Amino acid sequence: MTPVPISLEVNGERVEAHVLPRLNLADFLREHLKLTGTHVGCEHGVCGACTVRFNGEIARSCLILAVQAQEGSVETIEGLSDSGEIADLQAAFRDRNSLQCGFCTPAMLMVAQDLLKQTPVPDREEIREHLSGNYCRCTGYQAIVDAIETTARLRAERAP
Amino acid sequence: MKASAFAYARATSVVNALELLAAYGDKAKVLSGGQSLMPAMNLRLISPEFIVDIGELAELRGIVVKGDVLTVRALTRHVDVLGSPEIATHAPLLRDATSHVAHPAIRNRGTLGGSLAHADPAAELPACMVALGATVIVCGPQGERRIPAQEFFTGIYETALSPQELLVAVELPVAQKDSAHFFHEFARRQGDYAIVGLAAQAIIQGDQFADLRLGFFAVGDRPLLAKAAENLVNVAVTSEVLASASAALSEELDPQEDQQATPAMRRHLAKVLLSRCVATLLSRPDLREGARA
Repeated sequence: MTPVPISLEVNGERVEAHVLPRLNLADFLREHLKLTGTHVGCEHGVCGACTVRFNGEIARSCLILAVQAQEGSVETIEGLSDSGEIADLQAAFRDRNSLQCGFCTPAMLMVAQDLLKQTPVPDREEIREHLSGNYCRCTGYQAIVDAIETTARLRAERAP
Repeated sequence: MKASAFAYARATSVVNALELLAAYGDKAKVLSGGQSLMPAMNLRLISPEFIVDIGELAELRGIVVKGDVLTVRALTRHVDVLGSPEIATHAPLLRDATSHVAHPAIRNRGTLGGSLAHADPAAELPACMVALGATVIVCGPQGERRIPAQEFFTGIYETALSPQELLVAVELPVAQKDSAHFFHEFARRQGDYAIVGLAAQAIIQGDQFADLRLGFFAVGDRPLLAKAAENLVNVAVTSEVLASASAALSEELDPQEDQQATPAMRRHLAKVLLSRCVATLLSRPDLREGARA
């Protein structure tokens, strides 16, 4: 099994690497690029902790091979955080204690931002549905939904 | 866990994919969206030696309506189905069912062709294909084959596809005038595989069914097009008629036991779905609880 050359964009920067076909995108991000905000939980697409943006859409990085990301664009929690895109959402999570152990948090933020881009003011049911593929094993869902609801309201108030 | 080692090729065309499959046969697996294949590989349920990635084949994308036929090509993702005006107009059952497939992040990657080739008996989309009377189009070394959906699904994760063949599209008849559909599934959580589900397509004339196709899933080793529907077509449906259909349904079901439900529970839930389906489609709330017994 020989390494395959790949070239992709990660958080706006061009990345070139040689990877084994079996390497998944989550491990590529964590181990090759040291972007450890993408968490690896179940490794079979159930827990949602590894969610990243791939070509602008949320996806499970444990279910994408690094070789499939060839010529693609990946955004991780580091990218969203550094750009300030989700600063208000992160602040709302802090204010509402929406994280306990924090393991699920990067992906929760990723998925919440995805929802708010599609549905600027979702109701609680819509929030729960969009988050249904992300597990919080501290079971702090109530506070997570609260923080997302608050962020949506504040953004709507700020909007011109 | 991580997938075991394999060799990888990114197919450059359908012809190229078929050449690769011809060379590697049953040692190879086709990768489209990877939302079923990758979990199976990460769990080491399967360890293919060779992966043929068809994900970049533009010729396998797209939704086309021509005359009475709606063609959905294999790499159409679930999110594409949900956003397609053609599917909303011509196959609304498929749209409704797709909204129950897993979660947004999965629907952004998973494909219709992948779901059908995977053939999970608890999956929504195979049952829709059976209810809609779809034709599955596959390409192989001998050319194209057109397989009725009912013959395509042959068992748990088993289909009529040979290892050298590639599923390229499905053809669906466009919804006719007076057609109606019903979709519901019982699952423990949003996005889970169903405990029992029903995808139904009907033609309603006056207050009767002129046609009714009931595609049950998670009730056996493959989607079931229930013959019990015959009891409900071209008759005035009373609670007695529904009860006889329900009894007939019970006879043809062969549900399996797993961690989620016993066969008896699945049989019961299938009958509940039948009553709700008939009551909803005929706008007869009196039948909703009708034939539980």
